[in-house]
Amino acid sequence: MCLAIPIRVEALLADDMARVTLGGVSKSVSIALIENVRLGDYVLIHVGFALTRLDPDEAERTLALMHEAAVPGLPARA
Amino acid sequence: MRHGRIDLSHGAGGRATAQLIDEIFRPAFDNPYLDQANDQAAFDVPAGRMVMSTDAYVISPLFFPGGDIGSLAVHGTINDIAMSGGRPLHLAASYIIEEGFPLIELQRIANSMGRASRAASVAVITGDTKVVERGKGDGVFISTTGIGIVPPGIALSGDRARPGDRIILSGCIGDHGVAIMSLRNNLGFDTELLSDSAALHGLVAEMVHAAGTSLRLMRDPTRGGLAATLNEIAQQSGLGMVLEERAIPVRGEVAAACELLGLDPLTVANEGKLVAVVAPEEADHLLRVMQAHPLGREAALIGTIIADDQFFVQITTSFGGSRIVDWLAGEQLPRIC
Amino acid sequence: MKHIDEYRDGNLARSIAAVIAQEAATDRQYRFMEFCGGHTHAISRYGIEDLLPNNVQMVHGPGCPVCVLPIGRIDDAIRLAMRPEVILCTYADLMRVPASAGRTLLKAKAAGADIRMVYSTLDAISIAEAEPGREVVFFAIGFETTTPPTARAIRLARRKNLANFSIFCNHVLTPPAIRAILDTPDLEGAGRVRVDGFVGPAHVSTVIGTVPYTGLAETYRKPVVVAGFEPLDMMQAILMLVRQINQGRHEVENQYIRAVTAQGNLIAQREMAEIFALRSSFEWRGLGELPLSALRLRDDYADLDAERRFLIETVPAADNPACECGEILRGIKKPAQCKLFGTLCSPDTPMGSCMVSPEGACAAHWSYGRFRDSAKAGAERALV
Repeated sequence: MCLAIPIRVEALLADDMARVTLGGVSKSVSIALIENVRLGDYVLIHVGFALTRLDPDEAERTLALMHEAAVPGLPARA
Repeated sequence: MRHGRIDLSHGAGGRATAQLIDEIFRPAFDNPYLDQANDQAAFDVPAGRMVMSTDAYVISPLFFPGGDIGSLAVHGTINDIAMSGGRPLHLAASYIIEEGFPLIELQRIANSMGRASRAASVAVITGDTKVVERGKGDGVFISTTGIGIVPPGIALSGDRARPGDRIILSGCIGDHGVAIMSLRNNLGFDTELLSDSAALHGLVAEMVHAAGTSLRLMRDPTRGGLAATLNEIAQQSGLGMVLEERAIPVRGEVAAACELLGLDPLTVANEGKLVAVVAPEEADHLLRVMQAHPLGREAALIGTIIADDQFFVQITTSFGGSRIVDWLAGEQLPRIC
Repeated sequence: MKHIDEYRDGNLARSIAAVIAQEAATDRQYRFMEFCGGHTHAISRYGIEDLLPNNVQMVHGPGCPVCVLPIGRIDDAIRLAMRPEVILCTYADLMRVPASAGRTLLKAKAAGADIRMVYSTLDAISIAEAEPGREVVFFAIGFETTTPPTARAIRLARRKNLANFSIFCNHVLTPPAIRAILDTPDLEGAGRVRVDGFVGPAHVSTVIGTVPYTGLAETYRKPVVVAGFEPLDMMQAILMLVRQINQGRHEVENQYIRAVTAQGNLIAQREMAEIFALRSSFEWRGLGELPLSALRLRDDYADLDAERRFLIETVPAADNPACECGEILRGIKKPAQCKLFGTLCSPDTPMGSCMVSPEGACAAHWSYGRFRDSAKAGAERALV
């Protein structure tokens, strides 16, 4: 129900805000709901707030699983 | 004068009106018709079939990245004429200005309109100015009417598409709408994107020359975006369409802004693009001719007309599935869901 | 766009679809409910059902906060907005939802109500700061994804000592809604759509984690796979669900590992717990009164609660009697089974929320399913 998109943190601002950029479009959003945000992190934003940081290792793992899953004949995994 | 504001006397037809015309409009449009200072302009017309179109511009904000209400009023009406395949000849412009509107902004708009008109080689040869009371107008409204001449043998119309015809889009969609939305306070995003507002008659002249009667119709997708335009054509021609999502050019920033706001680029406004339907055997040639023109560099073949008694505009998604491209129900609004 | 485009790869989708087709047992149907409206929208936007075998079908669930908002609450918001001192701030999604007597926020705005569409609660706070002489009310809707942003706005309003800001709270909770669907009585011969498993919401789960679904999976013995928002995420989740069904499992699995953890976002959860309390009961459009399913502001924040500030007394309003949104939201009926679908009810003239929200089952069917039905009918005619 919730349009949230992954977007890169470009700058940390005062008052728990951050500047984020996607494809050349920038916005200021609140990072008050997450901790330890660093420049270059990808966060999920929804209605002007970052809800979570995207884990790049888990993202890699997901894509790898998708590519594996796409090979028919491999045994099904739980 | 520049430091002042429009007041009701400027619309009353007396000295103040004359002064306004002399100091702002005539210099901005700078042509011999207006210099005659008549209430009308008389001119010769070449023989042939004439085309006329009118449109009103009530946009807000008045100034946006890549243009303003003045340039838009020139480009929009020139484009409406051009979509008939016709060559625009002249424009008439009517201004309705709200009492209190800053003169310096009026000058900016008039100058922009003049520049757009000169760049397009289509003069504003006659016009009118009225002033309405404060609160009864949104700053400025402009109405432009254009006339043009259609080359012999050319009869473009929305109902002329046939099954098998190809659909060509002249370039990237969504630029204008996103540029305007970036100015809305409560949406708060920054972008360097400019409106694509442009006069398309030069591109159209090349297209008509290249494809002749193989060109069935052209239309410029403005409010409602490509989705509205294609559905209109489908309804008028009594046919369906199949589009290829991957073929539709969209700038990165437009795609990104649409992701952020939950919008579909197909429904976002354009002001410098056109859709053409052409016989299949001429499609490749027409595409190349368009791509050779500055306003058609990103032109692409985006789909095909098919027989369909439900007039569906179908799209094969980049993902491989299919769905319908529907008309918008009212103005598109950003969504959180 | 990084972390987006990779998950929209059509070639990979077809490969995963081939595996789903291979693994889905041909002698049975698989019916999965995607709870979340955002997933419903993704299914129709990308045409995902075209890639699934015929015996794997998606049933559209009620996870669209616009769809489940009762008419009476929109009536309340319209009444508030008509007060000359009030500026009503709202997400744009609500502007066209039909309330009583065909009224909408959009029409109220045209009639002179000061209604402002905002992207974020923070915008509403800015408006309140900029207009100290007016009463700014934020029309808060949404599941657990959208609730923490409202909580933050309340904190900010408190910190800035804003005397002219309040929240009209309509936040609802996901697990009780899933439970309500699973509790729907199995009526003999009523054409009830059986649901074999759930695609769990993406972004609600970033906030609440995956733990809250465990009790549901165990009690009702239905698998839940929390899936990301992109179409490949959904394909992978559907494959995981098929596998669970085939293996007789009913576990909670997490496909959206790059954004969802078992515990969720503890900061956001703490904010919600401090600002909001559970209502004993709340009316959900289509699902009726559900206990402990919605939030209100805690008494500490009574001054920021629009319901208390403006003495709002909600008058429940019934839907058009022929509107089948209720049964559609529960997955009992399909949009095409509603008499109003495509006749009186369309995206241009929506009779109920399932049609006015692009994530509603009926709007999704309009853009996607209606055309698919037509194609099938055409194919059948061609065979004759």
